Amino acid sequence: MALKLFEVTTKPISADEVVGRLADPEVGAFTVFVGVVRNNTDGRRTLHLDYEAYPEMAEQTLAQIGAEIQERWPTVRQVAIVHRIGQQEIGETSVVIALSAAHRAELFDSLHYAIDRLKEIVPIWKKEVWTDGSVWRSEQ
Amino acid sequence: MVRVRFFASLREAVGLEQEDVKLPAGATVKTLLQTLARAHPGLGALLEGRGVRFAVNRCYVPPDAGLQEGDEVALVPPVGGG
Repeated sequence: MALKLFEVTTKPISADEVVGRLADPEVGAFTVFVGVVRNNTDGRRTLHLDYEAYPEMAEQTLAQIGAEIQERWPTVRQVAIVHRIGQQEIGETSVVIALSAAHRAELFDSLHYAIDRLKEIVPIWKKEVWTDGSVWRSEQ
Repeated sequence: MVRVRFFASLREAVGLEQEDVKLPAGATVKTLLQTLARAHPGLGALLEGRGVRFAVNRCYVPPDAGLQEGDEVALVPPVGGG
């Protein structure tokens, strides 16, 4: 079975595992973005995060981002984006974006584009849970 | 009949993950929102000027998009992945 390149999962995720999905002898470079649960927002202490998704559309929009990248930067060989949902503790990995190419040119710009687009169009929501309350957080 | 899916803050406000709604022929997303606002007090205020987007069958659409029997309509509050 082919490895899934655009996935929303409730299971723990790791950068190494996602990069491994792009293993290819013709690849000479990867760029990887790893999003991790931080212990505060603007100084307010976070207990944990709860991520929720519209899973079918989230995977579809992740794949759309991959297609947009390969159209804009044809030297990018493959894209994988895996987002974890459900409750996550401080220090756990919430998202991994990995891009591969023969050479490093364009890998940094396309990685930046990928995380910006994810925060713009992918239907995933983040609830910050504090000791005394919670809020749905968006950067939009 | 269309199936409406609610997420995050809107799911909590409505108290439902999804709901089947009967609409007249020629209904648009906007028609659906009016129907939902009548059925769920408080929802209307959450849909005004808060950057909620709409998806029909998993693609973003404008509020004047027409709806067909069997469509899946999602109300998408501002997203926060990453």
